[in-house]
Amino acid sequence: MATLKELSKRPERFTGGHRLCPGCGASIVARQVLLACKDPAVVTISTGCLEVGSTIFPYSAWEVPFFHSAFENSAATCSGVETAYRALKKKGRLPVDKEIKFIAFGGDGGTYDIGIQSLSGAMERGHKMLYVCYSNEAYMNTGIQRSSATPRAAHTTTAPVGKVIPGKKEFPKDLTGIMAAHKIPYVAQTAVGFWRDLTTKVEKALAVDGPSFINVHTPCRLGWGYQPDMTVEIGKLAADTCFWPLYEVEDGRAWKLTYKPKEKRPVKDLFNLQQRFKHLLKEENKGLLDEIQARIDQDWEDLLKKVEK
Amino acid sequence: MKRVARTGNEAMAEAMRQINPDVVAAYPITPATEIVQIFSQFVADGLVDTEFVAVESEHSAMSACIGAAAAGARAMTGTSSQGLALMYEMLYIAAGLRLPIVMPEVNRALSSPINIHCDHSDTMGARDSGWIQIFSENSQEAYDNVIQAVRICEHPQVRLPGLITVDGFIISHGLEVVDLIHDEEVKSFIGEYKTERSLLDIKHPYSLGALDLQDFYFEHKRQEAEAMYNTPEVIRAVGEEFGKRFGRKYDLIEKYKLEDAELAIVVLGSTAGTSRVVIDDLREKGIKAGMLKIRIFRPFPHKEIAESLSSVKAVAVMDRVDGVAGFGSPTFNEVRAALYDGPTRPPIVNYIYGLGGREISLEEITSVYKNLEKIAKTGEVKKIVNYLGVRE
Repeated sequence: MATLKELSKRPERFTGGHRLCPGCGASIVARQVLLACKDPAVVTISTGCLEVGSTIFPYSAWEVPFFHSAFENSAATCSGVETAYRALKKKGRLPVDKEIKFIAFGGDGGTYDIGIQSLSGAMERGHKMLYVCYSNEAYMNTGIQRSSATPRAAHTTTAPVGKVIPGKKEFPKDLTGIMAAHKIPYVAQTAVGFWRDLTTKVEKALAVDGPSFINVHTPCRLGWGYQPDMTVEIGKLAADTCFWPLYEVEDGRAWKLTYKPKEKRPVKDLFNLQQRFKHLLKEENKGLLDEIQARIDQDWEDLLKKVEK
Repeated sequence: MKRVARTGNEAMAEAMRQINPDVVAAYPITPATEIVQIFSQFVADGLVDTEFVAVESEHSAMSACIGAAAAGARAMTGTSSQGLALMYEMLYIAAGLRLPIVMPEVNRALSSPINIHCDHSDTMGARDSGWIQIFSENSQEAYDNVIQAVRICEHPQVRLPGLITVDGFIISHGLEVVDLIHDEEVKSFIGEYKTERSLLDIKHPYSLGALDLQDFYFEHKRQEAEAMYNTPEVIRAVGEEFGKRFGRKYDLIEKYKLEDAELAIVVLGSTAGTSRVVIDDLREKGIKAGMLKIRIFRPFPHKEIAESLSSVKAVAVMDRVDGVAGFGSPTFNEVRAALYDGPTRPPIVNYIYGLGGREISLEEITSVYKNLEKIAKTGEVKKIVNYLGVRE
């Protein structure tokens, strides 16, 4: 696994100068994923913050071949590029005959919601590609609308906190679990703030002979309502509260925790830092907060049962 | 040349085998399923070295083709009706990115109500998507058109995607005599696929599909429009060369007994075949009937149409689609607009027929000519938009 020193010497393939927000978690994900990939890479992406913030014609932050076509099809598009690679390699027509890695990015809207069919299809077909979901837990590019990744009770503009409804009514879907159920060679969850965990997982994902999927908890300072210098801290707290455990699953069977908090902190500590949860700290919502804490505890227990002892 | 019996689907799948694309990504849909099915067997039997991707939807079929084409591969798919409708978003993207994907498309009605039989609603719905649209009258044309489309779409002055249509079941499943060209001749006719850029050219990375705002979007769309303006000349040249090499010449439109005709109908697809029989019959009776068959609907051959219809006394445009536009169907409105700048403006009427696979009879086509006869005599159009063969 690459050391920090090694990573720091690699060329930046997601460069500065883009137009993402200060403190944007997605830009950290993009940069670290590409730093972890030693081989040439081709990137596809779904419509979203990372795409519109990094490529405004004629500018681009990407030093690798980069392709965006639509919202729901980053995986299908990447599967087409990867298939072309195999076809042209077989026919001896590659422009440069080198091993190339294929990485598809998508936000949670483009992955959990509108793109889940395209993702599921590409994974089932066994394309040798890595799909990275940068989950900032809502449609941030269109202005903070709820997605199926949005946490219970979070404030978004389409599941707002109102006089009678305290934010999103539903818990998010377990996309990482769904991907593990595809029994593809490698599935993992990680979070911004754990650079070694993230880069190690990318290395593992790119080393398997088949599809892989990484779900990255990606703080969004604008949508979550916190100061830009708190991005990494919030990512770490997500893991320390077990709100977002860091783990990996090989072949859909071998579950392994890659980070176990020394002390499991209450989810309130994570919510305290974010405007989208501020209503949960009010006395009248204590029951709701307890319900969320109970769910997190239960999910954590369930995960511990699944991981190898 | 080898003479065989083939359905439209078989003929188009055969053309695909001979083209031997780098990537085919496809999804089954009636009545185009056979194309994918037959092609999969070619792959399984090692008759092509195409990488076949059995995607989970038509949206992903077109997305994967777009990815493959952007990576420098010759990519193809095939679809029909709801499948084409599901691709809708990606059709515009394929054209906007100037990716010369070739797609056989079997004309079928659009839901609702659900119907699996022929009309042109699906193809007409995609008429402004930036795709070249080639209509085929029969299996032979379908076969020839698929081969020519590769040359047309990949031409450096064009670089646009193209769809080749046949009428669902009538042609897709109808067995006809087809003359096949030898594999080697097809290969030499279409040539190697050369791209200017490829996503796999890792030494020259570039960003494709970037956000394109007020300062560049319009220029890019203007270039796309220019490509479509360049296309008629390329279609003609390819059709001419095809004729020289294989004996079957193609143009933007085809005229049948139109030179001295007084009464003309305009048709697309398989109805042209039925109309020939009616015209021959009317001619025997001394009625100067003729037909203009539109082979290329996009780019729309407005000039050729206006010139061809300049000396007739009355025109009927037959459309196997109702645009539900409140006035007339797509082909009618475009033909009528083309005549505006023509040397003369003959009286023109619209006939909407055959929706959802409703059979069109010789008698019905004859009745259209009867009406044209009246219009020609009186110069009076009583009803502009007419429905043929429907209970009202």
